[in-house]
Amino acid sequence: MISRLAASLSRIGAVALFLLQVLAACGPALLRPRLIVQQVYNTGARSLVIIMLCGLFVGMVLGLQGYDLLARFGSESALGVAATLGLLKELGPVVTALLFAGRAGTALTSEIGLMRATDQLTAMQMMAVDPLQRVIAPRFLGGIIAMPLLAAVFNIIGIYGAQLVGVSLMGVDQGTFWSQMQGAVALHDVNEGIVKSAAFGVICSLLAVYEGYNAEPTAAGVGLATTRTVVASSVMTLVVDYMLTAAFLKV
Amino acid sequence: MIEQPTPSAATGAALVELRDVHYRVGSRALFNGVNITVQRGSITAVMGPSGTGKTTLLRLITGQIAPSSGTVTVFGRDVATLRRDDVFAMRKRMGMLFQNGALLTDLDVFENVAFPLREHTRLPEAVLRTLVLMKLQAVGLRGAATLMPQQLSGGMARRVALARAIVMDPEILIYDEPFVGLDPISMGVVARLIRSLNDALGITSIVVSHDVQEVGVIADQSFIVADGTVIASGTSEQLQSSTQPAVQQFLQGAADGPVPFHYPAADYRTDLAAAESAQ
Repeated sequence: MISRLAASLSRIGAVALFLLQVLAACGPALLRPRLIVQQVYNTGARSLVIIMLCGLFVGMVLGLQGYDLLARFGSESALGVAATLGLLKELGPVVTALLFAGRAGTALTSEIGLMRATDQLTAMQMMAVDPLQRVIAPRFLGGIIAMPLLAAVFNIIGIYGAQLVGVSLMGVDQGTFWSQMQGAVALHDVNEGIVKSAAFGVICSLLAVYEGYNAEPTAAGVGLATTRTVVASSVMTLVVDYMLTAAFLKV
Repeated sequence: MIEQPTPSAATGAALVELRDVHYRVGSRALFNGVNITVQRGSITAVMGPSGTGKTTLLRLITGQIAPSSGTVTVFGRDVATLRRDDVFAMRKRMGMLFQNGALLTDLDVFENVAFPLREHTRLPEAVLRTLVLMKLQAVGLRGAATLMPQQLSGGMARRVALARAIVMDPEILIYDEPFVGLDPISMGVVARLIRSLNDALGITSIVVSHDVQEVGVIADQSFIVADGTVIASGTSEQLQSSTQPAVQQFLQGAADGPVPFHYPAADYRTDLAAAESAQ
């Protein structure tokens, strides 16, 4: 028990030290924006379809459940507000982060892990190229940029999904849906979502590149590292989500 | 791009020198006093059975790890005392060929060879293109410039990696098991390339391998490493005439000898009897 506690504590420390190394490598990496743009495409654009699809269905479910709940109090007209706040503040950032960990995080880990297993990272070091600057930092930065953008797309599609179900299917008045939303949702609600998704972007990207970079250089090691990326990213996302929510509500 | 040779190298002294190198992993001693000298312009082979730490030897030479004791001198400087920037400067004067090529999988053949140039120089695109095509021509793969690494055979991948290793015009080329997993034709091609590149470009080559035949043909001098130390060295003729049982076993590929066929185990009969009584 104590040894397992010590092991997880040392892992947190290792990730923190790795973060410092990556941050130091980010400076030189920023001078080569093409590499970062390429990674935004890799992690962001390639996750777009799954994000949009999931956003649509999460929004539609919100429309159904929200309508059912609100109808019990006779306040169906607030459906727009409920769905939008739920998406912007919680579901958008969190579900996007979970999907990101599953789609982009695993891809990053296995890509970097395979580069480790096939000596590509060592080869770079032998060519006097620092893999942290050339490989890790661009992927880390790309993930951080992509996550809030993906969350924004998720929110937009989700709100339309809620509208689709609430207005077209359940019969909420369209004007009420949008005007109530416009009146009740403030800028700080949007900001809360952006801050959250940025934080999740750092967590998911960092864990993905960390696990890949430190994967055991075998097929089994890469597989294990990929699993650890999903598990660790998901757990950390939900834990940090609670902390951020509490901080925003000043509990 | 290429720095001036250091004084000690210019006087014809050893380019790479390992003196009384000890290396321990945990409590296990991998090397107990290894002495190897690599002369400028020569092809030096480091041979030995699997698991004797030949690859570790290369990591010592390239400054990836430091010896527990003893000194590794490259270009006249002790590698262990170099700072990070100096290690990188040293590596720019070296090329290394990895066992599986270690080509970057997201770049095509041309970009793989161009990689060191793009990272370290600001050459105009036309010059860079000429340089890369020249190196690809040298390994006979100019026609494969647009292929991706996944589309290459093992031998081709290794030749592309060789082109990449020489694109910065290194003074030392290091080969880690260049013949493993190649068909006889590719083996011959790679062996000829090692010899011709060494002579044409004035490179010093270090070849780590256990392919006695292939290496014996091209090497100027060989070192056989076993049990953590150099058990024999010299030209291949000198090695062939060695009377040491361990050297002869390795050169002739005998299954049993000083390196036993059986992994250490309890007595065979006792083991079988125990299995029987357990039933």
